[in-house]
Amino acid sequence: MSKAIFIDTTLCTACRACQVACKQWHNLPAEETVNRGSYQNPEDLSFSTYKLVRMNEEIIDNKLHWLFFADQCRHCRDAPCLDTAFDERAIYKDPLTGAIVYTAQTKRLNADDIIDSCPYNIPRRAADNTLAKCDMCNDRVHNGLKPACVQTCPTGAMDFGERDVMVAKAEKRVKQVQATHPGAMLLDPDAVNVIYLVSQSPRLYWEFAMAQPGKGGLKRSVALRKMAGPLAKLINV
Amino acid sequence: MTNHWIDIKNSDCILIMGSNAAENHPVSFKYVTKAMEKGATLISVDPRFTRTSSRADIFAPIRSGTDIAFLGGMIKYILDKDLYNHEYTAAYTNAPFIVGKDYSFDNGLFSGYKAAEEGPGRGAYDKSQWAFDMDSNGVPRKDRTLKHDRCVFQLLKTHFQRYDLETVSKVTGTSKDDLKRVYKSYAASGARGKAGTIMYAMGWTQHTVGTQNIRTMAIIQLLLGNMGVAGGGVNALRGESNVQGSTDHCLLWHIWPGYLKTARASNTSLEEYNKKWTPASQDPLSANWWQNYSKYSVSLLKSFFGEKATKDNQFGYNWLPKVDDGKAYSWFDLFDAMYNKAINGFFAWGQNPACSGSNAGKIRKAMANLDWMVNVNLFDNETGSFWKGPGVDPASVKTEVFMLPACVSVEKEGSITNSGRWMQWRYPGPAPKGNSLPDGDIIMQLGHKIKKEYKNSGTFPEPIRNLKWDYETNGIYDPHKAAKEINGYFVKDTVIKGKTFKKGTLVPSFAYLTADGSTSSGNWLYCNSYTEKGNMSARRSKTDAVNKIGLYPEFAWCWPVNRRIIYNRASVDLKGHPWDKKDWVIRFEGEEKNGKYVTKKWTGDVPDGGWYPLENPDGSKRDDAKHPFIMRKHGHGQIFGPGRADGPFPEHYEPLECPVEKNYFSSQMTNPTAAVYSTDADAHATCDPRFPFVGTTYRVSEHWQTGLMTRPQPWLMELQPNVFVEMSEELAKLRDISNGERVKVASARGSLECTAVVTKRFRPFKIGYATIHQVGIPWHYGWRWPADGTEESANLLTPPAGDPNTRIPETKAFMVNVTKL
Repeated sequence: MSKAIFIDTTLCTACRACQVACKQWHNLPAEETVNRGSYQNPEDLSFSTYKLVRMNEEIIDNKLHWLFFADQCRHCRDAPCLDTAFDERAIYKDPLTGAIVYTAQTKRLNADDIIDSCPYNIPRRAADNTLAKCDMCNDRVHNGLKPACVQTCPTGAMDFGERDVMVAKAEKRVKQVQATHPGAMLLDPDAVNVIYLVSQSPRLYWEFAMAQPGKGGLKRSVALRKMAGPLAKLINV
Repeated sequence: MTNHWIDIKNSDCILIMGSNAAENHPVSFKYVTKAMEKGATLISVDPRFTRTSSRADIFAPIRSGTDIAFLGGMIKYILDKDLYNHEYTAAYTNAPFIVGKDYSFDNGLFSGYKAAEEGPGRGAYDKSQWAFDMDSNGVPRKDRTLKHDRCVFQLLKTHFQRYDLETVSKVTGTSKDDLKRVYKSYAASGARGKAGTIMYAMGWTQHTVGTQNIRTMAIIQLLLGNMGVAGGGVNALRGESNVQGSTDHCLLWHIWPGYLKTARASNTSLEEYNKKWTPASQDPLSANWWQNYSKYSVSLLKSFFGEKATKDNQFGYNWLPKVDDGKAYSWFDLFDAMYNKAINGFFAWGQNPACSGSNAGKIRKAMANLDWMVNVNLFDNETGSFWKGPGVDPASVKTEVFMLPACVSVEKEGSITNSGRWMQWRYPGPAPKGNSLPDGDIIMQLGHKIKKEYKNSGTFPEPIRNLKWDYETNGIYDPHKAAKEINGYFVKDTVIKGKTFKKGTLVPSFAYLTADGSTSSGNWLYCNSYTEKGNMSARRSKTDAVNKIGLYPEFAWCWPVNRRIIYNRASVDLKGHPWDKKDWVIRFEGEEKNGKYVTKKWTGDVPDGGWYPLENPDGSKRDDAKHPFIMRKHGHGQIFGPGRADGPFPEHYEPLECPVEKNYFSSQMTNPTAAVYSTDADAHATCDPRFPFVGTTYRVSEHWQTGLMTRPQPWLMELQPNVFVEMSEELAKLRDISNGERVKVASARGSLECTAVVTKRFRPFKIGYATIHQVGIPWHYGWRWPADGTEESANLLTPPAGDPNTRIPETKAFMVNVTKL
């Protein structure tokens, strides 16, 4: 059984401590930003920003909502980027935690293919085409710690633990929220290990809140490999 | 806070007004969230939709500076709909007190007003005209049925009769529907067993009516029976981790440690001083705790001067400076004096007035009049570098500036006192860098140097020579010695209340302090924090109290005497039974015989005194009981507050700078007792077409104070890189401003460049028949960092006016213009 993160957006206050904690733990440089007329900054995920609280003002049923979405890698249970890379030196899944981890070897991959394969638009590249994204703080997790973002969250909007425990918590919580927000839902809970709960239509939070078809679609080579399953990996090695 | 952070989770209705807790006190939302999970309603009242509003069940927009109108409307709603807690109001508040015939209120003015001939105070009241009627024993006359036409309750009703929905909506810009929703939800907390809490901060205090904003809410909390109960109270969210501690230890000019009064020139002897400030009550049922005043003042003098303080020299009372009667020495007054060249030396210690002070342009000019300035801070800042700031020619500034690098709080051992009055001991983290020192070491060394200068000469050297100055171990400042000094010692073998205490032992609690010089205590309120049992503030037990409401009595220490919820005697009915059976704070468990209590026993929190309840189980009154509000002279919560400078009841006045030409409640436009400064650097402009928009200032999650600790931090600058001005889409259209564009914001005092954040979160207000726009700017920025100097302080805009009780500046409501560059 893998680990999972449960992100309850109904409790998020967008304090963005998670965004800073992520940079601190991974020792990522700050980006040079300007205020573009929004609190959201940086504008997007990047090679040095793995976690980003997206902020949207939406009027729903004549009522203003400020929607917060702490975007990060979903650590898909069946990760298209992993299949697309097909190179465990570059992208591997930690069997103990379920974390999908990118290494410096991602430089050798076709970055466009990997980026296009992601249904959540997560991986970002450096100038030399090395790819980076959230690693679920896999090093912390192996040392008995929670991911830095979860650890720092003051409101309990994020939780981390065994996948079945998190799924149970998410399912219980979504029922609670549905009492006041009938449209509340979990986002792709069966497919991912970072499960979001939203109370409004997912698209209002972020275009890629739910899985979207990758730009390039599933490439033929990947599809073939998927069909062959583990056998193909053996052959490749 | 009368309550504490964890206690928010016990609330049934949380009003966040005058603060933006989600953004500025993010951790508080842990407890807000817990309360909401149990069904609590969260209400956000703010000029702008904030991150707090995003989580609220109800958001009601309000024009800055109209909180008394908003809350006054709630008082009227509660009274009209009979939603107040009858038993609590009649028994525990001064609602039944009969007010003397001299009291009156007419067209915005209370009786006894006299305009001042010269400022900054615009006028003052003769408060003796607001006195209560006394019976032949000198006890206030009361009508517990609340029917007497001059009882506080009836006067309150009459006073707020004018605060109808129509008028309140016209003044605040809040729709009548929103007002009703808020009033209804909050007033529901008046039901027995329910609790409502208020989380407020500078959005309420920083007005010319700041004190009365909070008074209005205190009245609501008393009417609803929300004082003293779990999940209730009046809760000030402090803006720094140790603001509560610094206030307790006399950061402000008008108090000595433990809220003793600063001596006035007219208090010519210790005896007169104590007599003047010790309240007297003739009511045997009033604990009147301040009757112990002289025990605390003498113990404080013993702490200052040690063995040199003797009965013969009035314990050194005459060595302490006295302030002139009727004169204020607040922040405003000090910088006004500096501007007028009456002050020529200045320690800027742990502060950045060039960015943090209201009307900061005047402050920067004032500092050029100094001969010397010592800047004690972590880094250089806009204050230490004012002589090379924007528009300043360094060659023209004579001020000599010294920088003393202080280490950061986490690098040193000591205590902080949080908003919930918890004194928490902290061990030191990493060692201080470079030649930076803890503040304690800097001030100890400074003291030694000054003492040396005064050793053989100097004018009036006694206070310096006789000052006890021994808080070091091996030449290093020792925080344990300071903490023990604050708690206090017996300075000779003493027998008190039948117990014998040896000289040099720590005083177990303030009940053992004496006025005869046998005890010393640096702050009576902290007596009990560091005793022979050890450092109470260093405790870290995670065991909750018997009532399981999150008191955690052995985690850290809380003043007074570890009482976690003050005025908790009001959480029980007259027989000692909790109003709230589930989340009870204290409970009387004494034995009963024939309908009478015969033994005393309270459980739960430390009660506000261990006396019997006011009534026996059979309903008979006891004469050995005390009223629950023990710090008030008459033991009752003050709905009528005759001690305030601007009136015994709150009244809506417009901010000094406002967008309306009429106060819809009276012809008294602004607070007649406000402090208004008037040098050539103190311009103000009200209803002036040059400055048509309401402006306010605030903070964001991502920065802290003037940004001295956050602006040099790249991860935080990445999140909020620029000073910005938030405005509605309607205003942006009016001024042809696009989102993200740099614009100019100006007031009568100054201007700065900001990035426009055009947002749905601000909406124009309908005030009377006019459309009023409001904008807001965070005040965290300054020219010194980022190094290109493009970002400036919003306090260049804020006005030179203050509350008459506290002189806190009116930075939350003023008038500005916004234009394209």
